[in-house]
Amino acid sequence: MAQHQVNYASSAGLPIALTSVDKLVNWGRSNSLWPLTYGLACCAIEMMASGASRYDFDRMGTIFRASPRQADVMILAGTLSKKHAEFARRLYDQMTEPKWVISMGSCANTGGMFNTYATVQGVDRIIPVDIYLPGCAPRPETLQYAMMMLQKKIRRESADMKKNTKQDLTTQTGKRARLI
Amino acid sequence: MQVANKLSPFFENLNFERDDNTMVINFGPQHPSAHGQLRLVLELDGEQVVKAYPDIGYLHRGIEKMAENMTYNEFLPTTDRLDYIASTSNNYAYSLAVEKLLGIEAPRRAQVIRTMLLELNRIISHLFFVATHALDVGAMSVFLYAFREREFAMDLMEDYCGARLTHSAVRIGGVPLDLPQNWLENAAAFCDKIDYEVEHTYGALLNENRIWKMRLEDVGVISAEDALSWGCTGVMLRGSGVKWDIRKEEPYELYSELDFDIPTSDRCDSYGRFRMYMEEMKQSTRIIRQLIPMYKDTEPQLMAHAPQYISATKEEIMTQNYALMQHFVLVTQGMRPPKGEVYVPTESPKGELGFYIKSEGEPYAYRLKCRAPSFFHTGLLQKLLVGTYIADVVTIIGTTNIVFGEVDR
Amino acid sequence: MRKYVPKDNVQKKAYYTDRFHVVPRVPREEVIDTHFEAVVFNLGEYVKDAYIEIGQLVVHIEATKNFSVLKLLKEQCGYLQCSEQSAVDYLAKDGEFELFWQLLNVNEAKRVRVVCRLANGAAIESIEPLFKSANFAEREMFDMFGIKVNNHPFLKRILMPDDWEGHPLLKTYPLFGDEFASWYEVDKIFGKEYRDIIGPENRDPAKVDRHDTKRFSRVGYEVPFGADISEGETERKIEYSETVLVNYNKKASKTLDERR
Repeated sequence: MAQHQVNYASSAGLPIALTSVDKLVNWGRSNSLWPLTYGLACCAIEMMASGASRYDFDRMGTIFRASPRQADVMILAGTLSKKHAEFARRLYDQMTEPKWVISMGSCANTGGMFNTYATVQGVDRIIPVDIYLPGCAPRPETLQYAMMMLQKKIRRESADMKKNTKQDLTTQTGKRARLI
Repeated sequence: MQVANKLSPFFENLNFERDDNTMVINFGPQHPSAHGQLRLVLELDGEQVVKAYPDIGYLHRGIEKMAENMTYNEFLPTTDRLDYIASTSNNYAYSLAVEKLLGIEAPRRAQVIRTMLLELNRIISHLFFVATHALDVGAMSVFLYAFREREFAMDLMEDYCGARLTHSAVRIGGVPLDLPQNWLENAAAFCDKIDYEVEHTYGALLNENRIWKMRLEDVGVISAEDALSWGCTGVMLRGSGVKWDIRKEEPYELYSELDFDIPTSDRCDSYGRFRMYMEEMKQSTRIIRQLIPMYKDTEPQLMAHAPQYISATKEEIMTQNYALMQHFVLVTQGMRPPKGEVYVPTESPKGELGFYIKSEGEPYAYRLKCRAPSFFHTGLLQKLLVGTYIADVVTIIGTTNIVFGEVDR
Repeated sequence: MRKYVPKDNVQKKAYYTDRFHVVPRVPREEVIDTHFEAVVFNLGEYVKDAYIEIGQLVVHIEATKNFSVLKLLKEQCGYLQCSEQSAVDYLAKDGEFELFWQLLNVNEAKRVRVVCRLANGAAIESIEPLFKSANFAEREMFDMFGIKVNNHPFLKRILMPDDWEGHPLLKTYPLFGDEFASWYEVDKIFGKEYRDIIGPENRDPAKVDRHDTKRFSRVGYEVPFGADISEGETERKIEYSETVLVNYNKKASKTLDERR
């Protein structure tokens, strides 16, 4: 799984060069992503299935945590209703940096088939999202693939989280705002 | 108190010691044992729950409003998302309600397939119940075992309709597809497997497990009178000694021809209900086994013949002009059922799932009300939790087997 | 000319109805079943109309008599469970709600639907003392339709948040929600000043923004991720990859030529 092996013997005998701090940190971050058990709706069942016997998420270093304080990734699995939106944002705020968000399923991405008064039309209205995962409901393989894509993304990032630009919203008025 | 509408996190829901020595704690909506998005506000006196207030609606998606703005066939995939653990039972309950309204009946092969799928979904749902209930109470390994078998059931569903979770495997007037090759053999093998596993894996792990019995026995006791009054159905009602199963009492599909038992228990507690779930899985496999030979002597027709409401088969649409025209009308405008109202109850894995449809003769239902069993079981929590210890709260939520897709709709 | 949509009923309408289309009605049968006859007899003068529709007895009553009727049904006729209760909005047509209670007799396996009409703004008596299931069902009815229920122990919104405006299942309430609904989560979490920044909801599932190079792929007109193309982009021809579409015959002949 780990594509970035730290070769201590290389780099002219120096154990760590400045460039490999990023790689080392990202290697650690990407290979022990602990998602928050945040089952919202139907996709939560598939999220459970991907954690269970056949699909076995643990082999990727992905262990579900029940507390946002211990989690790195928030998998928004299912429909986010307007009543719940506030709580989702609060859980996101409670997670410690660095944190990433996977929006799982059509409902979380865009509101999906629930184009109604009670549904948030895409969780990216309230939370910056890293990976959008299509499907209704996405299969466990899809979620695992999304996790691998997130790992790839993390490996590309700088270890200093301040340098990473999350999703920024540009509006027609030209204002820019970050939802971090 | 902090203001809620800013980006700063705030902790107003931690807990507050009150003057009368009770403590109010908040449970959910994000809690691994909350079965989705249940929020409970519990008032505790020491370790005992004095008052419980279930706060629901965190998954309210406006499905009933959607039904008013969609044609009858359009709405069918939405019913998948009600009780998303056993989707086909929702599809079926809705289809049956519309069929009763139209006055049509599915052909026999469709009935056999439907009954099989319903029972398969019952097994999927019950396996899920055993898995999550055990996980909530603290038995992790049962979760892994039960999900292993659940995946085989999902494979069967996937073979039939292509989807794992949201099946839409039942249509108004029949079923869309015939069974694929070897499906019956696989189903029979799956039944053998489930029978074995129920007895030798989950049964062996849980039935006489000392900790499991201590956690479940005499927890969540509800009398028959209360169960009826609070609108309990399904296992919750049968667990209190009332022998009421819609499959037996008001039979639909082929249930009147099938031979199966309705397990009841007069223990009225969580352990009795757990044993009934295990027993019902065995009964479901018994039903599927009886249906396998019935499939072979049926005609290949899959959809009811009612040109006014139901499209013709694909072959006819492709070859006959009028079938194509009628199909075009039905797809673009939707079927127009007669004026009237109907309430059809079915026995879903959770309890009585009924659809009330009020039709005004338009292609859009004037009002559709989904009678979801979990909604009333959630209401029961405010009675059931009072007087129990906080450690039993999760057990009781688990034993009601609620799914938030259908609680909040 | 834009099609006229009545304000009091925003439910979707059929776009075309045949002029000669006569809507049939589900047959209503006389009460001949012995059990149902006894029920109707027991209810006496409360019954305004009674018939059997699709196997279930439907009893029409006065809205004010609902408690006594349901009490009679529970105590005299053995209807121990109220499976469902809700309302149907007929405000646009008649200025009334239609309320129904779906009752179940477990011993006889019979179902009765008690139906009444309730004027707009009137309140209904709670049946919570008889059937505890009404606790949640009546709250849902209040939440969805705004029908007030007298003597309910805890009449509060149940599915929608407490500070929600409007009652969603009314026919006047649009499917996509009103102004309040569309900004609810933004107002609640970020405050009203963030409305401009986050922008309105996209209710069109088929919306494609051709200038958005982050979310939409541009097949044949690829630009770098996040590039600003609002002033127009350079036209590029579609390039076919040589590695994928290889003309093996041509290549083989070439090498042959070279060998010669």
